[in-house]
Amino acid sequence: MADEQTRFDPAQATPFLTARSHNGWLGLAYRDHGEDWAELELPWRDDLLGEDGSEVLASGPIISLMDMASGLAIWTRMGQFRAIATLDLRVDYTRPARTRSSVFGRAQCYRLTRSAAFVRGIAHDGDAEDPVAHMQAVFMSIDARTVELPGG
Amino acid sequence: MADPRDIEIVTPYARSLGIALDRWESDAPVLRVEFCDAVQGRPGALHGGAISGLLETAGYGALRAELARSGRVAQMKPINITVQFLRSGRTRPSFARARIVKLGRRTANISVEAWQDDETKPIASAVMNILMVDAEAA
Repeated sequence: MADEQTRFDPAQATPFLTARSHNGWLGLAYRDHGEDWAELELPWRDDLLGEDGSEVLASGPIISLMDMASGLAIWTRMGQFRAIATLDLRVDYTRPARTRSSVFGRAQCYRLTRSAAFVRGIAHDGDAEDPVAHMQAVFMSIDARTVELPGG
Repeated sequence: MADPRDIEIVTPYARSLGIALDRWESDAPVLRVEFCDAVQGRPGALHGGAISGLLETAGYGALRAELARSGRVAQMKPINITVQFLRSGRTRPSFARARIVKLGRRTANISVEAWQDDETKPIASAVMNILMVDAEAA
């Protein structure tokens, strides 16, 4: 196990993980975390709309938000940064997000085995008791299945 | 009847991500995204969220085209999406096409696949349920 000094810290890691690439393009930012959960913020942006003329955020960015929050929750629970891959991810959109509002993604890694991490979470726009979406996902540790990675 | 091929398939979000209409195949749009920094996850691999965005855009596009073909004006609202990540996406262009499995009065069930070089080796698939609210009822 990692000792306290090298233990994965989502507050410190998020700025590096979201400095560029897709997560950087979205502008994801760290908000909060606990022992097995992490919360990120997806700031409002006009070019992330789901439809011309509407003011409603597309659903795609919410998937990216929840995917990244899930990764942080898993590494936080593991206490270290390890390569993982999303196997399966489901999002239920319970209501549209308020216009021009940030969306927050909170994910909890509720079960961790040697090869798999099980995650659930919500996306909300200010009140975690009134989510805009619910998420359920399974991630695999890449190390444990390097040889079987298809196309790899 | 409106030609479904004239309709707007690519949403502001998808445009911003670099997703574009590649071609039409059996009345469904095939969408394409080039590998670039905005869709990159870990170095040299496509981000799962970007793949999901491509899948979702193809799903909405196929439904939008079908609604236009039948002269129906309806607002589409997402109910849910389940994405399976099958292979890691490489630094190559990616494509996605959807099939409408069931088109009802209120909901549509849509199956989508994304691939790179070989269509028979999808990198991801998704099932989407979309709610349709007819214009007069909205």
